[in-house]
Amino acid sequence: MMLHTQTIHELRARLRRGELSAREVTQAVLDRIAGLDGKIKAYNWLNADDALTQAEAIDRAGSAKDGKPLAGVPIAIKDLINVKGQPCTCASKILRGYIAPYDAFVIGQLRRAGAILLGRTNMDEFAMGSSTENSSWGVTRNPWDLERIPGGSSGGSAAAVAADEAIAALGSDTGGSIRQPAALCGCVGLKPTYGRVSRYGLVAFASSLDQIGPLTKDVEDCAVLLGVLAGHDVKDSTSVAQAVPNYTQSLGKGVKGLRVGMPKEYFIAGMDREVEAAVRGAIQKLQSLGAEVVELSLPHTEYAVAVYYLIATAEASANLARFDGVRYGLRVDGDDPIEMYLRTRGAGFGPEVKRRIILGTYALSAGYYDAYYLRAQKARTLIRRDFEKAFEKCDVIVTPTSPTAAFKVGEKADDPLQMYLSDVFTLSVNLAGICGVSIPCGFTTNPKLPIGLQILGKSFGEETILRAAHAYEQAMDWHKQRPTL
Amino acid sequence: MPQKPIGIDIRYVSYLARLQLTKAEAAQFSAQLKDILKAVEKLNELDVTNVEPTAHAVPLTNVLRKDEVQPSIASADVMRNAPQQARGLFIVPKIVEQG
Repeated sequence: MMLHTQTIHELRARLRRGELSAREVTQAVLDRIAGLDGKIKAYNWLNADDALTQAEAIDRAGSAKDGKPLAGVPIAIKDLINVKGQPCTCASKILRGYIAPYDAFVIGQLRRAGAILLGRTNMDEFAMGSSTENSSWGVTRNPWDLERIPGGSSGGSAAAVAADEAIAALGSDTGGSIRQPAALCGCVGLKPTYGRVSRYGLVAFASSLDQIGPLTKDVEDCAVLLGVLAGHDVKDSTSVAQAVPNYTQSLGKGVKGLRVGMPKEYFIAGMDREVEAAVRGAIQKLQSLGAEVVELSLPHTEYAVAVYYLIATAEASANLARFDGVRYGLRVDGDDPIEMYLRTRGAGFGPEVKRRIILGTYALSAGYYDAYYLRAQKARTLIRRDFEKAFEKCDVIVTPTSPTAAFKVGEKADDPLQMYLSDVFTLSVNLAGICGVSIPCGFTTNPKLPIGLQILGKSFGEETILRAAHAYEQAMDWHKQRPTL
Repeated sequence: MPQKPIGIDIRYVSYLARLQLTKAEAAQFSAQLKDILKAVEKLNELDVTNVEPTAHAVPLTNVLRKDEVQPSIASADVMRNAPQQARGLFIVPKIVEQG
């Protein structure tokens, strides 16, 4: 049995019965990485000895038999979530050499659950991008076609899961950065409701939009991992004190009577024909499983890209002010502090980060604040209301995750605006603060590339979207198909 | 929003953002940001009169905790990442002119 191909729930049963050790599982995944990651480049950093030491400690403590939910399960971490004693580069030159002095809240949750923290996965610098090409570590490749991008910004995490270089992974999602790479790599990726998972220890990009979430091989694993990550944390004042349900209990209940909303603005001219056919097919499947399909409208969808790029860049320009060469990371000397800041930031940030900081600074600057930033915040209210109205008529909303399958490396690299449009179906969810999951719903034919189905739910509606996702997944076999590597 | 699309004064804004740009970067970003601003102008079509701004998706205000001292990260662990330090302090270039 090839252990690296297993899911969390498959491994868990065997670990609990003592048929397997955490060390064996971890070694199998490390071997897979050693054999494959030269091609995929999912990881920025890995410490095999440290991972094995963690596994041995789990075995000694008998954590699997104690029923810890992730005992002995190797999990990859996106390189912007702090793990004490490990680097956290955000794929930026400006954080080379930084060693995290503390654990993020979610890392504490993973440790308590018995997970093995494998290593750091590649991403677009500071999570700004949709292809993982904006990384100072180089480009991660899509396991289904090495000439193509894995999506982004959590592209390393998605590629690692799809290539069986991790049993599961953590990502972060500010405008689609978990769901879009999950779709393009053929795995499951969930963005929780804003406030469901603590952001403490996540390097901030846009604080009102960021959420950490799971990338997994199937929906059951997604439910297991979300259950570990979720919870209230006093160290994040935006985390919500709401009880965490048992997400796996909502699985298997089917979709009979579930009202599935289909927003007309997400089925537009110009989207890829095969993507549209796959998503329409998935909606028909849900219908044949007993769901009721409701056509509806989210009228402000066409404004989402503009709203998002003003709000996200404005927040980023403030958040990234901390990278100034004083307390951590790169420093390029200057004769006075301002010259030092200018040089350090000029040398340390890549082009997309610079572009966004400039746009955000402009949107917040005197004379433009009302015209750009405030207007965007008002438009954000209209987008949020669209969803509130829609959820009066339905329980979940189903859309494509991305208008196309994975594109080629370099294809959109010189046109930031075209790149922004690849997030057109995922951005609104972050603006509204609701939850969404992407699951596989088919493949393009030539080449064979995964297509993602996005299922959106109300705030704190994770149980419902997981239930719908699981019903569809189990009726199909997309999630069982693996890339040939 | 301004009636005529105004290009970004790249020198001024990049200085505000404390970002040193090469000439090539400044030229490239100016052109790209002009396109992005043009796309953003789309928001002018919307009537936002009497619409409240959304700063946050979750309506939480004034989240307070008890005013009690909690353990925090050890300063030695924090200082380990400093580019330049002495005696638990961050060293920076001189700020005050000598009188």
